[in-house]
Amino acid sequence: MTNLPGTEQIIEIAYLFATALFILSLKWLSSPTTARRGVFAGELGMLLAIVGTLLHHGIVEYKWILIALVLGTIIGVPLGEVAMTAVPQRTALSHAFGALCVTLVGTAEFYLRTPDVPRFMMGVLSLEVILGSLTFTGSLMAAGKLQEILPQRPITYKGQNIVNLGLLGVAIAVAGMLVAHPEKTQYFPLIVGIPLLFGVMMIIPIGGADMPTVISLLNSYAGLSAAAMGFVLDSKLLIIAGALDGASGLILSVNMSKAMNRSFSNVLFGAFGQEHTAAAGQQEARPVRSATPEEAAAILAAANKVVIVPGYGMAVAQAQHKVRELYDALTKRGVDVKFGIHPVAGRMPGHMNVLLAEADIPYDKLLDMEEINGDFPQTDVALVIGANDVTNPAARTDTASPIYGMPVLDVDKARTVMVIKRSMAAGFAGIDNPLYYLSRTLMLFGDARSFVGSIVRELGGGHE
Amino acid sequence: MKLDLLTSLYVFMLAAFIGFEVIRRVSPLLHTPLMSLTNALDAIAVVGAIILAGEYHAHGAMLAKVLGTIAIVAATSNIVGGFLITDRMLRMFKASGPKKP
Repeated sequence: MTNLPGTEQIIEIAYLFATALFILSLKWLSSPTTARRGVFAGELGMLLAIVGTLLHHGIVEYKWILIALVLGTIIGVPLGEVAMTAVPQRTALSHAFGALCVTLVGTAEFYLRTPDVPRFMMGVLSLEVILGSLTFTGSLMAAGKLQEILPQRPITYKGQNIVNLGLLGVAIAVAGMLVAHPEKTQYFPLIVGIPLLFGVMMIIPIGGADMPTVISLLNSYAGLSAAAMGFVLDSKLLIIAGALDGASGLILSVNMSKAMNRSFSNVLFGAFGQEHTAAAGQQEARPVRSATPEEAAAILAAANKVVIVPGYGMAVAQAQHKVRELYDALTKRGVDVKFGIHPVAGRMPGHMNVLLAEADIPYDKLLDMEEINGDFPQTDVALVIGANDVTNPAARTDTASPIYGMPVLDVDKARTVMVIKRSMAAGFAGIDNPLYYLSRTLMLFGDARSFVGSIVRELGGGHE
Repeated sequence: MKLDLLTSLYVFMLAAFIGFEVIRRVSPLLHTPLMSLTNALDAIAVVGAIILAGEYHAHGAMLAKVLGTIAIVAATSNIVGGFLITDRMLRMFKASGPKKP
């Protein structure tokens, strides 16, 4: 440190401040009241780090750096302005961009440093490049499925897991060989190419409902690959940022897996839809009770306590603003309205909260599963909008059900259950929901948006 | 060299622990902004890309410049897009206060 020239010391200090600001940024994100300050801290840290780096004496040419910074900004701004429903695919795309950056830098570093790459360095470099490349294509695939450019259905074939694990195994073996003989540069393209292919193959069997877990896992990989890049470049700032991102992704993945009662390996190698499609077919048409918007409105108006359970179907139908009008109309009549949100409702962690917040529903009315489940026995009406599997009581009681053990919202404990649904078709996972046949359940058949709109009109609210 | 490496491992380990402790406290309400924010912070990898693209290289200068420049574009779009969308989302989260019409 003592023999560094002045500028380099200033840069190191800028990095130190940036690191502290990054940690504060995440700390402030813990509560909605301080969260925006967290974004500001992150921006300030990022600015310090970039300006510091630009002062670095070793940089001899600025032209391309500046062009790239401008170009990145031009691409970044529209990505910051996508609709809230499109946030999951935007997030997947940004994982892909982050992983692309890491992979490209890792590849260049290898060719610049070879033939004298120390063993450990080669190991970390391999980790960086393998994780980076598989995250790049994996995230692109996930983004494509979420944007519905690619078929959302899981695609499975016999021996799929063996093929995938085999690919990964070969990549790791080549990496091991490169650690032993870093001078064999002709093999390096394999530890980029094979993981690129693996990333595609890994996402092919994943269906829409598993996206929250997969996005979180890819988030974690992106973070770990960045941390590995920090080891290669000996940058503490990058190691710390990567570790924070990796930890965040891991926590979210664990949360999501728990919420689906499945292990990571089950999500990645299980291909959900496949095992129980047979179970859905044998279902006899059983009688259900249905109701009109007028009847539903009357029941809701007479209630003291209503819990609305939204699912991804609500977002697909773009019904969140109508739901807000319903919330307003009921609140005006003195009804206590809360929202019960399952961790995997939506296509990424916390997605449903963002959609409801966008519709101006106060965040203190948005309760997660653990907070709301105790309330259902005292609830007059549980209104399920576009959610299915996360309300299935079979998950608690029926050991034969494919989703047995998955934590669900106990809507069946409410006095009356109302379910807005297009038809009696089974949910995403193809599992029948016994909730619909309960005597206390009323089925409200129709499009979520127009049905909620009709209820609001009956209640004399809405702005049309 | 060996000592540097060990220091880096310590840094990684401590940062991972801090990450777990800090992020565990983030309410599930904000998990989407959390992911977009960590994504933006993770794009600090731009620092490595800037040095790669800007430094003098005796050999492989072209490779470093091309890959470095693309890497800067990718990371910068994450920084700009990530911070923008995180702030946009967070502005939407309002507590129930005095009701507007």
